[in-house]
Amino acid sequence: MFVGIDIGSRSIKVVALNGEGIADYNIVDTGFNPHERSLELIKPYNAQKIVATGYGRHFAREDFADSVITEIKAHGVGSHYLFSNCRTIIDIGGQDSKVIALDERGRVADFQMNDRCAAGTGKFLEIMARTLGFSLEAFGSESLKADKAVKVNSMCTVFAESEVVSLLAKKEDPRKIALGLHQSIVERVSSMLHRVGITDDIVLSGGVGRNPCIKKLFEQKLGRTLYRYENPEIAGALGAALTAREQS
Amino acid sequence: MSEDYRKMWEDLGLDLEAHDQLLAVIPQMYGDVYMSQKNRPEGMSYLDFVMSEIHGLRVKELLDLKAAGGKVVGAFCLYVPEEVVLAGGAACVGICGGADWGAAEAEKVLPRNLCPLIKSFMGFKLTKVCPYFESSDMIVGETTCDGKKKTYEVLGEYTNVHVMHTPQTKDESSSKLWLEEVKKFKETMEELTGNTIDAAALAQGVATVNAKRAALRRMNEARKASPVPISGKDALLIEQVAFYDDPVRFTQMINKVSDELEQRIADGTGVAPADAPRILISGCPMAIPNWKMHHIVESTGAVIVGEEACIGHRYFRDMVDESPSDLEGELTAVADRYMKLDCACFTPNKERLENIMQLVKDYNVDGVIHYALQFCDPFTVEYNSVERTLKEAGVPVLKIETDYSMEDAGQLSTRVEAFMEQIKEMQGAIV
Repeated sequence: MFVGIDIGSRSIKVVALNGEGIADYNIVDTGFNPHERSLELIKPYNAQKIVATGYGRHFAREDFADSVITEIKAHGVGSHYLFSNCRTIIDIGGQDSKVIALDERGRVADFQMNDRCAAGTGKFLEIMARTLGFSLEAFGSESLKADKAVKVNSMCTVFAESEVVSLLAKKEDPRKIALGLHQSIVERVSSMLHRVGITDDIVLSGGVGRNPCIKKLFEQKLGRTLYRYENPEIAGALGAALTAREQS
Repeated sequence: MSEDYRKMWEDLGLDLEAHDQLLAVIPQMYGDVYMSQKNRPEGMSYLDFVMSEIHGLRVKELLDLKAAGGKVVGAFCLYVPEEVVLAGGAACVGICGGADWGAAEAEKVLPRNLCPLIKSFMGFKLTKVCPYFESSDMIVGETTCDGKKKTYEVLGEYTNVHVMHTPQTKDESSSKLWLEEVKKFKETMEELTGNTIDAAALAQGVATVNAKRAALRRMNEARKASPVPISGKDALLIEQVAFYDDPVRFTQMINKVSDELEQRIADGTGVAPADAPRILISGCPMAIPNWKMHHIVESTGAVIVGEEACIGHRYFRDMVDESPSDLEGELTAVADRYMKLDCACFTPNKERLENIMQLVKDYNVDGVIHYALQFCDPFTVEYNSVERTLKEAGVPVLKIETDYSMEDAGQLSTRVEAFMEQIKEMQGAIV
């Protein structure tokens, strides 16, 4: 078995590959002890080789991983395996968002990544969903029910939260505010997308890929279909597992 | 550093308590960044010594010079003609501006969203922890960027500041203006020191600084080799120390380092394997002790082969023509040399793009990291043309915009590592 583990800020993902394809996968919350969680996750697999990625990759290398790759390469490899015509990837994770351009062979040709704060990431959406009283799962679908958006000006998680609270105090419809928040994320990531450029198919990867509103807004803005794997959050772990198989 | 300097620092008016805190941080940083390196050239022990005496021996030398009637001139920029400072019998020192220090104090008089280098030097001045600042009889500023230009007005409330009007274009009227500024600066230096700057004195100043620049060139020449005989971190340190060490001694010591580097090349000894990615850093200056980017990059196994920056190639690429023998001719030669600088404060600035491409070729560079300090308009805007030029030539480029704090170190590491993966995959494709 070839194992890829993606130790993210919000969740840890593991993918086990055999000769044919994905044999198993698992996702858990990162929790307070990512190290222990990671060890539990890889335990069931009789791993021949383990490749780690995500922010926790370096501690993994010190302990149990055979090698490490960055999230950028991992999402590139994983998405290209799932969608062979994919040349552009939008990956919105827990604490960072990135746009990756691949060359015709699936190698990373260029990338953009958000600078330092969590604006425009999964964590931002999570906090906003809570402030508006939605579950994270329903946040995207509820936003899509709004007929128009209320603009939220701030992209800073802390300031946006107070802006949302005052909009609620003005009796604005939470769904409209939610739509406005989704729009602001799409705007922000789009500027990275334009810097990198779009070639062929675009894949939406990472946990935020599950959010139907983000997908729809990108499609409206770009005038094209975005591809998405059924479990978008495991694309990075899959890329790590594929790298483990290739390195063997 | 020994306790013997406490009296000296106290006499200089340093805030001893704050200064102790600063001096406690630097050895720790230096140890982590520098002493952890393997296979360093032995000649770097001189730089280790200089760093261990960062606020000690050199400051004492400056104070001895002052006691003997000499003057100390502090500067922040490549445009300050060091040749003229030395011709006046004064010492020229680069002032500290590379650490996240005193930001809260600096923000009392400066806006938050300002270049970290400017905030840093203002912080050092206001917290009274930089002995070079406090030893300086005059600070020379320049009108290179808006942030600095306006900050010198504020700095002038605390110390003696002379501002040089640096032009922003390279046409004839700008050259004329700059020559006038160099002449005016010569007069200011004469007033400050009480010495007349004649042709012989200026020729001596030019020779000393040319020799220093030649030594830095020679050291950098060695970085063209594969494997590279010196790390980017060590080379950067040499380029940083060039701004405040005694120029004659520094030149001798760096030539000794180069002897060793040339021997290493002959022996095939390197600090990284021959296939390590070769990186050029391009953009804003990294003032001492700003080693953040070099440390992050070289921790991934890559090696930095050049700094296309003011603390780097821009400082030693051009020499002053030594052929004129009359004062007027010498001053013109000095002014001409400075007009060749390709700082992003110039418009247009095509020379910089050409120089970057030349370095990429000469140093067999695999990828360029464009380094800009936050809020530096000239370099962050000029990135567009740098990126286009490099991409058209098929050279990978990574844009970094950061400050002196370490809060983004994790994200920067990820981006730099991904950039190295990108370079390695491209190299793999060629093989």
